[in-house]
Amino acid sequence: MSNVTTASTKEAKWWNGGKSPFDVEYGKVMMWYFLMSDAFTFGAFLISYGTVRFSTNGWPDPNLVFKSFPFAPEGVNAPLVFVSIMTFILIVSSVTMVLAVHAGKMMDKKGVVRNMIWTIIGGIAFLSCQAWEWNHLHHEGAWWGRNPFINADGTASSTNFTNYFFTITGFHGFHVFSGVIINIIMLIMTLMDKFEQRGHYLMIEKAGLYWHFVDLVWVFVFTCFYLV
Amino acid sequence: MSHTAQHEENHGNGEVKKVTIILSVLTIVELILGFWMIGITSEALRLAIKGTIIILMMAKAFYIVAYFMHLKHELKNLIMTIVVPLGLFIWFIIAFLYDGNSFRNLRNTYDPYFKERSTIKVEKKAEGHGGGHEAGAAHAADTTAHAKDTVSVENKH
Repeated sequence: MSNVTTASTKEAKWWNGGKSPFDVEYGKVMMWYFLMSDAFTFGAFLISYGTVRFSTNGWPDPNLVFKSFPFAPEGVNAPLVFVSIMTFILIVSSVTMVLAVHAGKMMDKKGVVRNMIWTIIGGIAFLSCQAWEWNHLHHEGAWWGRNPFINADGTASSTNFTNYFFTITGFHGFHVFSGVIINIIMLIMTLMDKFEQRGHYLMIEKAGLYWHFVDLVWVFVFTCFYLV
Repeated sequence: MSHTAQHEENHGNGEVKKVTIILSVLTIVELILGFWMIGITSEALRLAIKGTIIILMMAKAFYIVAYFMHLKHELKNLIMTIVVPLGLFIWFIIAFLYDGNSFRNLRNTYDPYFKERSTIKVEKKAEGHGGGHEAGAAHAADTTAHAKDTVSVENKH
């Protein structure tokens, strides 16, 4: 009985007023809610892709579709190689973003600038990889409404495969692009000493949340399109 | 103040290193499984590998959200307001994939055209440079015409 009372008072204390029940800044809560809504958008896309794939008898083999590599001779067979490089680029840029956030907490302007520059370079590298891949697939005849790849079992495929691939990786690529823009703005604001004047680097943390979310979505896109 | 900050930084950097290593290892294991799957034809084993890859994917997602996005170190109130709504995904995924699968079974049972079309093999095109530049519509028409030819030959029963 006494245990219950203690638990309920402990539980209630955050909501009795005079305290911040989430104990984070307003902008950060709102960034989390925005990311939650974005997660539902991406989730809807990916679940729609899964539903269509489950309702179809055949599907192209990703290892036969994504097997090329920049500067490699035509007809090279290197499945998963290029996309794994893209994945590692995004993971590394996520790590440098964490380091930038940590540096921000220490009020270490130099550390923030250095790590933000690395994060921006990683983002641009990822976008360049994706641009190359799209261009390559387009040259092979793949685009929205066009699918030159046959199903893994040798039967004729529909355009669902390319439609979903370009829509979802395109939507993700757009997120990476806007993430790079946000990071560049954060870098400029850091260089202008905006955060030093404010006395905190909370904006870097919010940009970081967005950037990690982009990395998180790639984990799902990478698995759904290239591996499974 | 500076002492606690220093301590927090050391602790934080160790965690970042640990999580980076975990994410890299998980990705490498995923890729190994992906490469391994290329040569496997057994449908059951392929399904098992795909399941493993998806479990590893969820583990990666957990590490990114919990440590990189710092959610694990937030208050339980905040964690719950984010994680509980996302629990809807459990229902979404089960319901929609089940529905898609059921739609395929229904079509295979009641739509002979759908069933037949998904059993006709397309002749593999010779790998030619720039072969894909032809108009998509013409290509599709060609494929269908070809498929019909194959049907008349193969459809004996």
